[in-house]
Amino acid sequence: MGLVIACGAGTTDIDGSSTVFPITEAMVEDWGESIGGSARLVIGVSGTGGGFKKFCAGDIDINNASRPIKASEEQKCAEAGIEFIELPVAIDGLTIGVNPDNDFAQCITVDELHTMWSPESEGEIKHWNQIRPEWPDQKLQLYGPGVDSGTFDYFTETINGEAQASRGDFTSSERDNVLVRGISGDRGSLGYFGYSYFVENRDILKMVAIDSGVGCIFPTDETINNGSYSPLSRPLFIYVSKESWVKQDVKDFVGYYVSYERAELLRDLGFVAFPESVHALITDRFERGLTGSIFGGENPQHGTVEEILFENQ
Amino acid sequence: MSVISQSDFQRKRARRKWMGRAFYGLCLLSVAIALGMLAVLLVYLFIQGITGISWSFLTSFASRHPDQAGIKAAILGSIYVVMVAGVTSFVLGVATALYLEEYAARSKFARIAKINIANLAGVPSIVYGILGLQIFVHSMHLGKSVLAGGFTLGLLVLPIVIVASGEAVRAVPPSLREAAYGLGATRWQVIWHMVIPQAFPGILTGVILAVSRAIGETAPLIAMGALTFVPFTPDSPLSRFTVLPIQIFNWTSRPQEGFQEAAAAGIIVLLVILLVMNAGAVILRNKFQNKSGG
Repeated sequence: MGLVIACGAGTTDIDGSSTVFPITEAMVEDWGESIGGSARLVIGVSGTGGGFKKFCAGDIDINNASRPIKASEEQKCAEAGIEFIELPVAIDGLTIGVNPDNDFAQCITVDELHTMWSPESEGEIKHWNQIRPEWPDQKLQLYGPGVDSGTFDYFTETINGEAQASRGDFTSSERDNVLVRGISGDRGSLGYFGYSYFVENRDILKMVAIDSGVGCIFPTDETINNGSYSPLSRPLFIYVSKESWVKQDVKDFVGYYVSYERAELLRDLGFVAFPESVHALITDRFERGLTGSIFGGENPQHGTVEEILFENQ
Repeated sequence: MSVISQSDFQRKRARRKWMGRAFYGLCLLSVAIALGMLAVLLVYLFIQGITGISWSFLTSFASRHPDQAGIKAAILGSIYVVMVAGVTSFVLGVATALYLEEYAARSKFARIAKINIANLAGVPSIVYGILGLQIFVHSMHLGKSVLAGGFTLGLLVLPIVIVASGEAVRAVPPSLREAAYGLGATRWQVIWHMVIPQAFPGILTGVILAVSRAIGETAPLIAMGALTFVPFTPDSPLSRFTVLPIQIFNWTSRPQEGFQEAAAAGIIVLLVILLVMNAGAVILRNKFQNKSGG
């Protein structure tokens, strides 16, 4: 029985968001390889909310979260005496792209995107002038990622208010190449992808600025990092339990996870890394074991990820 | 009473024959649809997945790179969990069936219990997952372990084992029991030396069915807390685990095409394991059948 208990205790439990899962999975895999393949970290996928439920019950060590902790969840954790370290790990950013020959769509509002993509528009909205009267009577061809991707979930949730709610009559492909070729060969096309993917293909696509009520903003490293490119970019988090923080495995793994050296990996996975200075602040926050929520909870703070981190260090 | 005319007779006979042929055709069509669907599924899986099956696929852990991804942790997890489930449901199921059929056969309690057990077989499997989470993972402090998963699946398939074992026990001819009693055997001796050996092939069939169902279950294990990414094999009964259906489900929900192939390959492996288990059990059953018959 002694052996049995020892084996069960040495495992680090991670759970939570399916959006953050591919990042954490890649980190566990690569970190495991770097230490010689003996990592005892396991990952479940219960969603951000399901993960917080387990996290605040003390069942898991780390929760993957695609949004900051809610006040009600923070309260549950406090009642159970669970302290946590909140760490932003990457940014999920989406880009709207059109054909390079499209000279009228420079900027689009969030409402217009909703008109274009909502489930009710299926079979109804077929021309650009139905979106905005001054746009030409050109046939609208829509392109989007496959319905299994996190990108599709995020876009539908943000634009249509419900994950997976979308019109069905658009060209959907899991292969980004298909989307890019489709859009670059069709004058009336519009599609959305992860920002990092757009950057690789910026010569054959044209990006559209987003107006969420404060003017047109193009996605760039700067606007994504300072949060002004909204609502199509959001920071992703991991929450580490303070009790697990003392474990050497957790310390090493999370240190590896939040290091700026992983920026390349984040880009490969389709996410946006923070600037080096922000990764330094995140690493510092983790090493000092600063607990409590500054991005969510009872009183979320406003500003860029860098400002918020800097002011609370 | 009138005699049916020759022409009437021939017309009615032709109609009866036609009806007979039509019914035969309908039955054949049903068989063709059922087998056809299965064939399409198998051929599709085979075409998509066969290239994905290799030694490294069987001996690698899950990976974010589809070409490096394997099912080592999932295969072993599935086998261990199903073994625990098989033993649990076998012991509890046979004992329950013996009590209900031999000790309390005519009691009101046994009748009520049997009806409830039959109903239990229809409870949605996810309910067992929630039960397992509460009882095994939390109350008994087993954690999200192989043991907790095995017990959960054991409970899930218990009704199948009880019903099948009960039928097997009931099918043992009363004359055998009476002869044994007549020779002065005690109840325990009758059950141990007569009833169980006679009923064993039937009991084994029930356990095979139960285990075959258990190996394909996903929902209760996910509810219980089985994991998606496990980079090691279970090395103790309290170790974390994942199983083949969860691994396959995870791959099918991924955007990259390589994972679709991995999922198809995983399904083929699952089918092969199922086939091997069933074949093994059939051989065992035949062996026992011959023994008790001769």
